[in-house]
Amino acid sequence: MTNDNIQIPTVAEMAAKGEAPEILFWVGCAGSFDDRYKAVTKAFVQILNNVGIKFAVLGPEETCTGDPARRAGNEFLYQMQAMANIQVLDGYGITKIVTACPHCFNTLKNEYPELGGNYEVIHHSELLQQLINDGKVGLKEGGTFKGRKITYHDSCFLGRANNVYEAPRKVLEVLDAELVEMKRCKTNGLCCGAGGAQMFKDAEPGKKEINVERTEEALGTGADTIAVGCPFCMTMMADGVKNKEKEADVKVKDLAELIAEAEGLL
Amino acid sequence: MIAQLAFLVVLGIFGFLIFRRIQRIKQNIHLGKSQEINDRKDERLKTMLLVAFGQKKMFKRLLPAFFHFLIYAGFILINIEVLEIVLDGLLGTHRLFAPFLGSFYTVLISFFEILAVLVILACVVFLIRRNIFKLDRFHKIEMKGWPTLDANLILVIETVLMLAILSMNAADQVLQTHGAEHYTQTGSFLISGFMVPMFENMSTSSLLILERSAWWFHIVGIFAFALYVTYSKHLHIFLAFPNTYYSRLEPKGKMGNMPEITNEVKLMLGMPADDSVAPPVEGMKFGAKDINDLTWKNLMDAYSCTECGRCTSECPANQTGKKLSPRKIMMDTRDRMEEVGDSLAKGGKGLEDGKSLLGDYVTKEEINACTSCNACVEACPVNISPLEIILQMRRYVAMEESGSPQSWNMMFQNVETNFAPWKFAPTDRFNWADELKSPNA
Ligand code: SF4
Ligand code: SF4
Repeated sequence: MTNDNIQIPTVAEMAAKGEAPEILFWVGCAGSFDDRYKAVTKAFVQILNNVGIKFAVLGPEETCTGDPARRAGNEFLYQMQAMANIQVLDGYGITKIVTACPHCFNTLKNEYPELGGNYEVIHHSELLQQLINDGKVGLKEGGTFKGRKITYHDSCFLGRANNVYEAPRKVLEVLDAELVEMKRCKTNGLCCGAGGAQMFKDAEPGKKEINVERTEEALGTGADTIAVGCPFCMTMMADGVKNKEKEADVKVKDLAELIAEAEGLL
Repeated sequence: MIAQLAFLVVLGIFGFLIFRRIQRIKQNIHLGKSQEINDRKDERLKTMLLVAFGQKKMFKRLLPAFFHFLIYAGFILINIEVLEIVLDGLLGTHRLFAPFLGSFYTVLISFFEILAVLVILACVVFLIRRNIFKLDRFHKIEMKGWPTLDANLILVIETVLMLAILSMNAADQVLQTHGAEHYTQTGSFLISGFMVPMFENMSTSSLLILERSAWWFHIVGIFAFALYVTYSKHLHIFLAFPNTYYSRLEPKGKMGNMPEITNEVKLMLGMPADDSVAPPVEGMKFGAKDINDLTWKNLMDAYSCTECGRCTSECPANQTGKKLSPRKIMMDTRDRMEEVGDSLAKGGKGLEDGKSLLGDYVTKEEINACTSCNACVEACPVNISPLEIILQMRRYVAMEESGSPQSWNMMFQNVETNFAPWKFAPTDRFNWADELKSPNA
């Protein structure tokens, strides 16, 4: 199978043609390299193609936003990354960015302005919500999600850090599945354990791994799908499900994947 | 006359001690770095009214919020009665407000008495909750010793003070019926009225002694309490207000910038630097090792901490048995401030005593365990950010000591050389696009 008509223009290609994208899709490192999250990137690009948004990616010109370095204390490295990225973004005159990574989202949106990078930044759940509101994305008849239970795990960097609680839930609503909340949700949501650069080192000694604690709570809802909106949450929850030997019954899926699936794009 | 003089002396002594203590706290907070916070005044006022005055965040947990509110409301309103007591003490009058207010005075005092009973009730509930039900968050390691005693002492003192008011009022009413001099007729008060039978058979002279003792006990108790508060976690009853006024209003995910680094980075990249930022000076540290590397707001946070442990009970690291406890971070910061302040007051070495917040109080193991999830910040009823202090210490460890965990150093290296936190070739970054276009290739 080939997807020949899929368009994935880079900003450079567009610029060469004298064009500019309406919105830049910031893919992020996990979305570019991590096998599992690459699937999310692909699903999201399929949706963007399907609705005909004029988007572009930086492609090989994208680099780490610097978030993990910053959270781990290396401000120098963060600022080097940030400045370089801002130069690229401003060079192309980018004004609007969407990303499927809450860490990139938070950094681009809240932390780049102080270094001179000012963009309108939205998380992919917010773009999906807009598309749903505009009637551009919706459930095809006889969706496979009807009657199934989905729980949503709040990403700390989307939720508490930026108060985005509703958009992901609105996205899940169109699936026509039953959304079951965990006891610790929204402002009280429990972290997956990967934020603050924890993704890049082992946890300190303790009595339990955070992702296992969180996965137990998610499994406790009886949902067969754990929806996430963050590459790190994805890894942590998937590892947790594996740890509980529930991979056969419970899937961890990103919001974009669920929508693409419901639309028959995958 | 002698009583008035004695009162004046007592008031003076406590006034002086409390004033001195406030000065010390101010000095300690000023050990922190300056930071200007004077924007968005309306929003700040609103935050203060909602969070401190309205206790908005307490109501995330209803039952404790309710009982805490009783103590809080009781505390504020009964102070009106304290005002009368202080004026009586100074002027040598008795129940100064009674003649002016007439029967409304009886209603008012009765209302205060109801509050007093509710305060006692709430204190008893809290004592039971702490000591019999042993709520987990009150028995973490950092609560051993003084912090636990402090919490219990306050509850007991408040109960005793309220009982003193009630006894004083009851004795007063009996004295009124005895027609004792000065004892203005007020009629029966709602609650202490029921206590009258306990005192009825006493002689006027012993009643006088009892009423006066209760009066003195109550007012000296209040003064002592006010002084005690400044040494205790109960400082939050005052500091909650300024501390919420100076809340961080930015999205919680935003980390504070380091302009001194921005300039160096700009120079390295050949960009013009910002002249308004002071160039790095000799001995300037990146990040925080000790309290003077934190901002005054971080330090005010520490003095405002109620030690309630809501932060710690929400912390994912703490819940899964890691050493990190955001409450401990705040308590350590405060303890270190007190230590430095005491030393300075005695002409000692102060900050140069060879100790520091990071290392002697807080360990790397603790700060490394933080996921920067903001659960602690969200949970705190007085808008404290333990996270800000943790991240500042991480900056110190990473940039001044190069002492980050090995895996983080590797991650730094990857970002530097591969522009991604993992060891992938930068040239592979866009491979996903080809994979999507021809999935089976
Ligand atoms: S931000 Fe850090 S200290 Fe605060 S709750 Fe999360 S992990 Fe714990
Ligand atoms: S930091 Fe806030 S939540 Fe934590 S113990 Fe202190 S007052 Fe309570």
